[in-house]
Amino acid sequence: MAELRMVVCCKQTLDPEAPPASFKIDPSGNRMTLPSDIKPVIGQYDEFALEAALRLKDSGGGTITVLSLGNKLVRDVIKKSLAVGADELVLLEDPSFEDSDSWSTAYALSLAARKLEGFDVIFCGRQSSDMDSGQVGLGLAELLGLPVVTLARKVERIDGGLKIEQVIPDGYQVVEVPTPAVVTVTSELGNLRYAVLKGIMAAAKKQPIIWTPSDLGVDSTEVGAAGRKLDIQRMYQPVKEARCEIIDGESSAEAGANLATRLREAKVI
Amino acid sequence: MEDKTGVLVYGELAGTKLAGTTCELLECGRRLAADLGQRLACVLVGEVSDTAAAEAAARGAATVYVASIPQECAFDGDVHVAAAAAAVATAEPGIVLLGHTPLGREIGPRLAFRLGAAVSTDCIDLRIDPDSGKLIMTKPVYGGNALLDSVAQTAPQLATVRAKAMPTGEPTAENTPNVVHLSFEMPTTRLTITDRVQEEVEGVKLEDAPIVVSGGRGVGGPEPFTTILQDLAAVLHGAVGASRPACDNGWAPEAMHIGLTGKIVAPDIYIAVAISGASQHMSGCAGSKTIIAINKDAEANIFREAAYGVVGRYEDVVPAFTARLRELLAD
Ligand SMILES: Cc1cc2nc3c(=O)[nH]c(=O)nc-3n(C[C@H](O)[C@H](O)[C@H](O)COP(=O)(O)OP(=O)(O)OC[C@H]3O[C@@H](n4cnc5c(N)ncnc54)[C@H](O)[C@@H]3O)c2cc1C
Ligand SMILES: Nc1ncnc2c1ncn2[C@@H]1O[C@H](COP(=O)(O)O)[C@@H](O)[C@H]1O
Repeated sequence: MAELRMVVCCKQTLDPEAPPASFKIDPSGNRMTLPSDIKPVIGQYDEFALEAALRLKDSGGGTITVLSLGNKLVRDVIKKSLAVGADELVLLEDPSFEDSDSWSTAYALSLAARKLEGFDVIFCGRQSSDMDSGQVGLGLAELLGLPVVTLARKVERIDGGLKIEQVIPDGYQVVEVPTPAVVTVTSELGNLRYAVLKGIMAAAKKQPIIWTPSDLGVDSTEVGAAGRKLDIQRMYQPVKEARCEIIDGESSAEAGANLATRLREAKVI
Repeated sequence: MEDKTGVLVYGELAGTKLAGTTCELLECGRRLAADLGQRLACVLVGEVSDTAAAEAAARGAATVYVASIPQECAFDGDVHVAAAAAAVATAEPGIVLLGHTPLGREIGPRLAFRLGAAVSTDCIDLRIDPDSGKLIMTKPVYGGNALLDSVAQTAPQLATVRAKAMPTGEPTAENTPNVVHLSFEMPTTRLTITDRVQEEVEGVKLEDAPIVVSGGRGVGGPEPFTTILQDLAAVLHGAVGASRPACDNGWAPEAMHIGLTGKIVAPDIYIAVAISGASQHMSGCAGSKTIIAINKDAEANIFREAAYGVVGRYEDVVPAFTARLRELLAD
């Protein structure tokens, strides 16, 4: 079998596991911020997608190109993908890519995938760690006319395609799909491996390839904010009042027993 | 935007009946259609029973589109997208609603991209802007740390709707459904399903359980799920759930996974044991009537969400809690 050519779509996002109270909307009213000491990350599910590709590379060889769309991407964040074993990093990076929605993102990524030519599989996360939309992988499949398998927890290569364990309600199913195909990956696949020193050193020497809209052969009005099909009206944070009644006791066990008594009193139970 | 009207619900089946999420969608669709002075329709794909079609009509669908597909295609997304696209082409709706269910999560975005239209996924509120007549779609973003209202520039306006975010509504008087059979070209098969494994969950079904006891990463291993947590759930006739790390670690089956990317539960009582209360987890249980937290860290976010809490090691707190409950409930 010829070498597998894999593309993994990774989005740089705010850290989704930052403390909930630290998420603040900026004065413009439609952009989320975190304190500057909390570094951005590669989306969690995108990391699982990258791990899926790395495992295929471990077992049968192949090459991995990471695609990331955005603006002012933080190099040491996104270059983590190279440090763990991706071969090439292509950044769709330009001010005009800012404020993309699922449509303008999938559209630009589909053009980039076409430009890469001859890929066998595109891996995406099941959903981004900021917008939680779960659209881009499916959109890519539709725009490129490719079959798609969602929620992969295990991916293996077979003759002419891939064999995928797909999570379904209360179980899983085994799906065979011919390549080229799009695969979206879920958390059960497993965490992204740690980078080893050798990988970090190699990554430091590699420079990402940068593509702007003109490299993709489109006008900047077709990408980013200008290419959106969904208008943002408002982003806001509903206020929650802290009102937890903490139940005490001489010991933890007593507190546990007191909790039961209190719930009875309050007619919760 | 073209002049499309009406609301189309992409319904899902549970055997011969409508799925619970579909009843929620029909109720929401009925409200939106009434606000617009337009009609509600429903499309059902699969081996559609007369009961299901009649139920859709009783829940407000003026027309029920039926796309019959053979059982072996029931899990083929390509077939569902083709059926949904055929329903849209026939009904020409202004709004299309799908459940944010395992099926809807795939079909919604694929249908949108196929139609050249935008979709907002995982919506928890939908309403008509009285000025523009457009659909305002509210969805949680940043794992639930904010809400986003958006409006589509394209037609039809598509939304997938989170389970249990909206009321189910009551069916009205028996109605003879106005059934329209859809014919569409079956797409050539691209995916082959070679095996399908479904674990039967014992006891109370998590989504329907009135009381849920959930364990997180802090429980430290698989064993407490079948002992300490199970004992507590048993006393309360509840079900056991888990956070994502607990499932990812293999301590609990995926079927117990609660949250943004797991199941949505809204029980009377939700007891979170050694769960920090990340917003993505809370997305799956925030609709619970009373949340109770047991966590050794007094600063854990879960105490911002809970009504009652104990700060302490769960190994000490939970057995005593269970024992006292057993006494109280025996009286
Ligand atoms: C896009 C996206 C989707 C996600 N979807 C989901 C989802 O659907 N569901 C989900 O759960 N998560 C989801 N997550 C992950 C989520 O962000 C958190 O990482 C996760 O919920 C944390 O799980 P936890 O509370 O079990 O673990 P932790 O955050 O590690 O918390 C463990 C807690 O246990 C407490 N503890 C430890 N030992 C003890 C003890 N002996 N006694 C009492 N308390 C103890 C600790 O104080 C701590 O608060 C998602 C993340 C992303 C980015
Ligand atoms: N800006 C981006 N750059 C690269 N990949 C992206 C981008 N946005 C989304 N993706 C991919 O698409 C998946 C789903 O994103 P979303 O539709 O935003 O939830 C993510 O997990 C990524 O794999």
